Amino acid sequence: MRNVLFLSLTLAGLWLAISGVYKPVIFFLGGASLILVVWIALRMRIVGDEHNPLVFSWRLPVFWLWALGQIIQANLHVARLVFSPEKISPRIVSVPVPHKSSLGKVVYGNTCTLTPGTVTIGLDRDTLVAHALDEQSAQSLVSGRLADKICWLEGSTESQQ
Amino acid sequence: MLEWGINILSGSLLLIGGAFGFIGGLGLFRFPDFYTRLHGAGITDTLCAICIGAGLILQSGISLLTLKLLLILLFLLFTAPTATHALSRAAMIDGVEPELADDSEPLSAHRGKPSSRT
Repeated sequence: MRNVLFLSLTLAGLWLAISGVYKPVIFFLGGASLILVVWIALRMRIVGDEHNPLVFSWRLPVFWLWALGQIIQANLHVARLVFSPEKISPRIVSVPVPHKSSLGKVVYGNTCTLTPGTVTIGLDRDTLVAHALDEQSAQSLVSGRLADKICWLEGSTESQQ
Repeated sequence: MLEWGINILSGSLLLIGGAFGFIGGLGLFRFPDFYTRLHGAGITDTLCAICIGAGLILQSGISLLTLKLLLILLFLLFTAPTATHALSRAAMIDGVEPELADDSEPLSAHRGKPSSRT
C-alpha cells in the first residue's frame, strides 16, 4: 500500500511538473491516466521495484557516461560500415550473463542493443545471444567489458544490502 | 559573445544529429538483410537522437523545457532498445534466417534462442 501511494505521488509530481496546463478537464485526464498507470503496474506486479538500490546508486551516472562513450564509438564504427557495406560480416555470438539480479540482466541486454553493431536477440538465465554486424562489434561484446562494467554497477547493491 | 558560442554549438549538434539520422537511413537501404538493417536503424536511435536532443536543450536554456527534453531523451533511450529487441525476436520466431558470414557459426549452434510458440 505504501508503495502504491509512493508511486502515485511520484507520478502526480511528474505530471504536474511537465503538464503546465492547469484546467479542470486536464486535471481529470491527468488523474485518469494516473489511475490507469497504477492499475497496470499492479497487474504487472512491479509496484515497489523502483526501490531497487541500484537506481539510487552513484555508480549509475558513471555507468551512463561510460556507456555514452561506448555508444558514440560504436556509432562511428557502424557509420563507416554504412559507407562500405561490403565490409560487413554478420555473425551470431553467445556470451555468458554473469549478473545475478534480473535488473542487471535487463541492463546488459538493453545496453547491448543500444550499442549500434550488436542487437540482443535472445536472453535466458545465463546466456545472451546477440547478432553482430562484424568481427569488431562482436569482439566488443565477447571481450566482456560491458558485462564487467554492469557487474561493477551491481556490486553497489550488494554492499548496501 | 556567450550567446553566439551556444548558438554555434547547438547548431552544429543539430547538424551532426541530422547527418547521423541520414546515415542511419542510408544504412537501412544499404545493408543486406533484416538483422543487419536493425544496426543501421540503431544509429538513428542513439547518436542522432542524443545530438538533436542536446542541441535543442542548448537552444531552450535552463527552464522547464530542459527537463521535458531530458525526459524525452531518457524515455527514448529506454524504449528504443526494447522495440529493437521485440522486432528481432519476432523475426526470429517467425523464422527469418539471418545472412551470416561464411566463417561464423550458424544460429542453431547457439543456446537461448527463442523457441517458436503456437
